[in-house]
Amino acid sequence: MNLVLLGLNHKTAPVALREKLGGLLTDLGAAYQELQSHPELLELVLYSTCNRVEGLCATEDPEKAIGRMRAFFSNFPEVTPGELDKSLYLHRDREAVNHLFRVAASLDSLVVGEPQILGQIKEAYRQAADSRATGPILNRLLHKTFSVAKRVRRETGIGDHAVSISYAAVTLGRKIFGDLAGKTAVLVGAGEMGELALEHLKSDGVGRIIIANRTLERGLQLAQRFGGEAVSLEELAGQLLLADIIISSTGSSHYLLTRDQVKGVMRKRKHKPLFFIDIAVPRDLDPAINEIDNVYLYNIDDLKEVVEFNWQRRHQEAAKAERLVAEETLKFLEWLETLAVYPTIISLKEKADRICEAELKKTLGHLRNLSPEQHQALEVLTHSIVSKLLHDPIIFLKRQHQPSRPHRELDLVRRLFNLDPDRNGELTEEE
Amino acid sequence: MSSALIYLTLIAYFGATALWLGFFLAQRENFCRGGVWLLGLGLVFNTLVLIFLTWTVGYLPVATFGQTLLVSAWALVAAFLFLYWRFPIKVLGALTAPLAALMVSGTLLLAPGHGVVSPALKSLWLTVHIILALLGNAALTLAFLAGIFYLVQERQLKNKNFGFFYRRLPSLEQLDALNYWCLTIGFPLLTGGIITGSLYAQHTLGSFWQWDPKEILTLLAWLIYAVLLHERLTVGWRGRRAALLAICGFVVLLAAFVGANLWFSSFHNFASFLKQP
Repeated sequence: MNLVLLGLNHKTAPVALREKLGGLLTDLGAAYQELQSHPELLELVLYSTCNRVEGLCATEDPEKAIGRMRAFFSNFPEVTPGELDKSLYLHRDREAVNHLFRVAASLDSLVVGEPQILGQIKEAYRQAADSRATGPILNRLLHKTFSVAKRVRRETGIGDHAVSISYAAVTLGRKIFGDLAGKTAVLVGAGEMGELALEHLKSDGVGRIIIANRTLERGLQLAQRFGGEAVSLEELAGQLLLADIIISSTGSSHYLLTRDQVKGVMRKRKHKPLFFIDIAVPRDLDPAINEIDNVYLYNIDDLKEVVEFNWQRRHQEAAKAERLVAEETLKFLEWLETLAVYPTIISLKEKADRICEAELKKTLGHLRNLSPEQHQALEVLTHSIVSKLLHDPIIFLKRQHQPSRPHRELDLVRRLFNLDPDRNGELTEEE
Repeated sequence: MSSALIYLTLIAYFGATALWLGFFLAQRENFCRGGVWLLGLGLVFNTLVLIFLTWTVGYLPVATFGQTLLVSAWALVAAFLFLYWRFPIKVLGALTAPLAALMVSGTLLLAPGHGVVSPALKSLWLTVHIILALLGNAALTLAFLAGIFYLVQERQLKNKNFGFFYRRLPSLEQLDALNYWCLTIGFPLLTGGIITGSLYAQHTLGSFWQWDPKEILTLLAWLIYAVLLHERLTVGWRGRRAALLAICGFVVLLAAFVGANLWFSSFHNFASFLKQP
């Protein structure tokens, strides 16, 4: 049994091609129907995300299967064969398993460690299973894939470190406040990054949201979107009493808050911590604010540093994850190898049954006056002798099968029992 | 029997130390779980030693500095496990376990005193005084450890240094709450220790207060904690200043516990508990 994986991703194909193929794969039901009509594609899973389009199949005839898959991708009239050939990569067996594990564990993603990919593969698998395109091998492989991806997430810190500025702000907030639930966040000025940070804060449970903007109208719009309140920029200093997190991103050319303004309010706040995020350039907040006790100020460069640092961490963790994936790949291949013994076991049993039947027929031909009981007893006797005799070789095949020397025992048993009569000559030649 | 139990306690505490340090470095959840169990096991052994010693000699074993360390280790681990149950701040174990292990090592290293034990130690009042004081010490030790963690984490956040400690230590809010919680438990215990002590002194020595060095230092520590608690409750002091004050209080308390015995002559001195025959 062989595995073949054919596909393209963000590293090999331009976005235009990925879009085309991804768009064409929207009707997966039809795609599966077409591909399943070819007997060489025994089991099949197709998946496409914005960064990749891939097809994985289990086959007995890899060359034919590869040709079939390639033809499937280039059959779309929108795709020119030239650009497809340049972008397609092909992985077989070990590489295919390893690649699938890496994709699901988000090691092959554009943003390494992003969590969405696992869900996308799960969904693709569900569709494949619904179309009855998968079988015992891919079912097992995909389930293994999910558990490997979870293990990577659990045992390495690949997803732990915030790699976007807005999310880095949230993780900092967690290190200060522990729990963001019930905290009040103030967004000063509108702007994409500030809104993004607010979005993250909100999904992290921030209780109250206040928008302070120069134009109250825009402020009201944002307040409506986030379910918060709007105030004017002049009221900002007053809001310091209630706020816990303040994100500032105005185009102001001077400081909106100074050290003394913040210091003055701390006693009234009973020294509850204040967390300022200044993502404006030029800066909105006096850098000296950071000197006040229980007040933490981060500007855009500080946050960039966090992100930079986290990228490095993530790549370190990714190396750990690669080791884990390699280990799991080996384990899966071991299982795949054990599958190879089953055809031999079956032909062994078939041969034994044939002999039984033939010998019984011969013997029963001689013995005429047997009662039905005696007749049956003879049959049982023959079959039980044969199956007892075969028991040990079968156990030997199942247990002794070593992936390091995959075909040695198999070959031995096949030759010992002469399961391939046309190969008869080999035995004498070698001996 | 008792020394075998002390060794078992020591092994459990050192094992817990190894697991907890392993947890701190590798951040593996099961290390920490193992650490809790091993610390709990150590506490069982520790309790058995204390029961055994009390049973055989007829008083709580606090006649020497070494013995007192054994009781202190018991109080610290008990306080920690109680705290852990309510406030599962895991990193605290990485400091508590080694501290307990060192205390029990101290018990083994320090010479076991011989002599006639002062009959005062057999008094129930005095036993209550000692237990309250040592439990108070334990809770305030935990407040001190939380304060240290707070200062470290606060430095990381202020200096924008997001490395080793930043990742491993919990949030400032949690550390501050831990400090406060330990203070609210430790302070009443310490107060109770002082009151029972002075009542007993009035009963036996005829005055509530002796101006003994240990008394003076303990009172100083008590005042520091009282100020801290007051400021926390009224002005809302927290964070760095509260952590610093908790650390100050602990240093004075430590001086009262260790120093008063080593440097000053005092009726709290361990030497006075054992009259050389």
